[in-house]
Amino acid sequence: MIELSREKLLLLYRQMLSIRLFEDRVYQLFLLGMVPSTLHQYQGQEAVAVGVCAVLNRDDFITSTHRPHGHAIAKGVPMKRIAAELFGKVTGCCRAKGGSMHIGDYSVGMLPAIAIVGSGIPIANGVALAFKLRKTKQVVVSFFGDGATNNGSFHEALNMGAIYNLPVIYVCENNFYGASTHISKVMKLENIADRASAYGIPGVVVDGMDVLEVYRVASEAVNRAREGEGPTLIECKTYRYSGHSRSDPANYRPKEEVEFWKSRDPIFQFKKKLLELDVLSEKEDNRIRSEVEKEIEEAINFAIESPLPSPEIALEDVYA
Amino acid sequence: MRRLTIAEAIREALREEMRKDPNVILIGEDIGIPGGWGGPFTVTQGLAEEFGHERVIDTPISETGIVGMAIGAAIMGLRPVAEVQYCDFLFCAMDQIANQAAKLRYMSGGQIKIPLVLRAPTGATGRGAQHAQSLEGLFINISGLKIVAPSTPYDAKGLLKSSIRDDNPVLFFEHKLLYGSKGARKERGGVELLGEVPEEEYTIPLGVADIKREGKDITIVAKLLMLHRTLEAAEELERDGISVEVIDPRTLVPLDKETIINSVKKTNRILIVDECPKTGGWAAEISAIIVEEAMDYLDAPIKRLCTSDVPIPFSPVLEGYVIPTKDRIIQAVREMLG
Repeated sequence: MIELSREKLLLLYRQMLSIRLFEDRVYQLFLLGMVPSTLHQYQGQEAVAVGVCAVLNRDDFITSTHRPHGHAIAKGVPMKRIAAELFGKVTGCCRAKGGSMHIGDYSVGMLPAIAIVGSGIPIANGVALAFKLRKTKQVVVSFFGDGATNNGSFHEALNMGAIYNLPVIYVCENNFYGASTHISKVMKLENIADRASAYGIPGVVVDGMDVLEVYRVASEAVNRAREGEGPTLIECKTYRYSGHSRSDPANYRPKEEVEFWKSRDPIFQFKKKLLELDVLSEKEDNRIRSEVEKEIEEAINFAIESPLPSPEIALEDVYA
Repeated sequence: MRRLTIAEAIREALREEMRKDPNVILIGEDIGIPGGWGGPFTVTQGLAEEFGHERVIDTPISETGIVGMAIGAAIMGLRPVAEVQYCDFLFCAMDQIANQAAKLRYMSGGQIKIPLVLRAPTGATGRGAQHAQSLEGLFINISGLKIVAPSTPYDAKGLLKSSIRDDNPVLFFEHKLLYGSKGARKERGGVELLGEVPEEEYTIPLGVADIKREGKDITIVAKLLMLHRTLEAAEELERDGISVEVIDPRTLVPLDKETIINSVKKTNRILIVDECPKTGGWAAEISAIIVEEAMDYLDAPIKRLCTSDVPIPFSPVLEGYVIPTKDRIIQAVREMLG
């Protein structure tokens, strides 16, 4: 196991918990009709966003997808700005112009999330190109799902990232379903990471339910990128507990499969490990939980109390 | 004053902006290959030699990858000038152009800027349907893009410099038959176009039309190659005592409506000549503006002379049939003046 300080271990735990409890709370509010539109939720995949973003500096960047809440929390977008954006309030991180699928905050290194599958990957290359030309040692992580790897954008972008040796890490969250379609119907390979060999870059499979494993693999890839050695494709095998979106009961998934993955829950597993290592006690766990819950309630209250945008701002921000 | 081709004027604009601002980079296919072409129409010749391959970036044939990379670089403050070889290939990158470049700033609530130029050769040149379209009009329907379509070397240079300095995504359409052959690839049927370009620094703001010829009997709005055919037609009509005012919008977005409307108020007639297809096209948009804002000044119905609603055919006989010609412009004007 990699050497991490007690503080870092607890930070990883707290961040995963923040994402889980935030998503659960947002779901309740959605059912109460308080959150407009739909939601694509991140429960189950927390170890990926947290394990990867914990390696990054504030001035490193990420691109995200239609399922961005976890990435946003892990990269440090203030939770109240995320909540306000979900509620369509003017205090949201995107001034209520983006919504759930476009959460982003440039000041902490998160581009507005891109909800067209695969389309963030070429853009991440451009961010990396800027870092490379300016020799800044910053890196960019592009998060995308298994579905994106069947899209042409993936192919064009990984090839270009490879030939230009860009400081970019391609993080595929393989949750085994593109919407309702199981990956076995749309891909003959067992491991998406094998596709890296087509571009001459390293491809690594990692247990996406194990935050320390994700952290370890991401650290290696980020170091490579910072040292000018080019991109890595990381495939994190993980699982989304919810349906694709809030209207999806996910009847296409066998119960046993869901139970299997839930038995490997990233937060539960990590808590167990931290208890064993004596990094965490039940008492401290309760304290962290109540702190996280308090932060979430503050964020939700901020969102509820924030004003709606004045309609005319719909016409602003088209051009700089 | 010295005279340059459009290809030379564009090359000079790129060179000047690259010298001035290290953030300006070029991204495209075949643009900096030693012993290669300098892009499909020789525009970038010599630039890789001067600025190196870090700033003149040759790419795979990956239009989505090209435009996406340019967008990401632009968000981080570089000023990429990306290009595709023919504007028809913009369709390969349509998601990046329409869903990403045009919208990321807006959906971020104004947090980011995308100072990106995408150069795209437009127009029919005897290559069949997939290297021939005039797509500049199509993109006006996508909010968040600026659309530039210069018709002369002077305009091309001044507008490209402004486009590079603009903080928004700009699609910059260059007509393949206007590049000229001096220092460039000669296009069959090309207009041997040389134009005065001063040595000293100048820019032309986006959104300002140019009255290329003053007149009083009828207004013709035309851009790119059609502007030149219109000017030839106007010359002939003048001999018959018909005075044509010719307006080159130069940029489609933002559009200088005022210059067009003022001209219509003076001439009371308007013909739009356009190489874009007729249905739902740019000429239709100009017509709608006139109907909404200057209908009372019209003495005759608006007329559109556009490319037929067909894919561009190959044979010169067929291609010539579907695209507006000087003779058809003359005929249309005569009909309108009854």
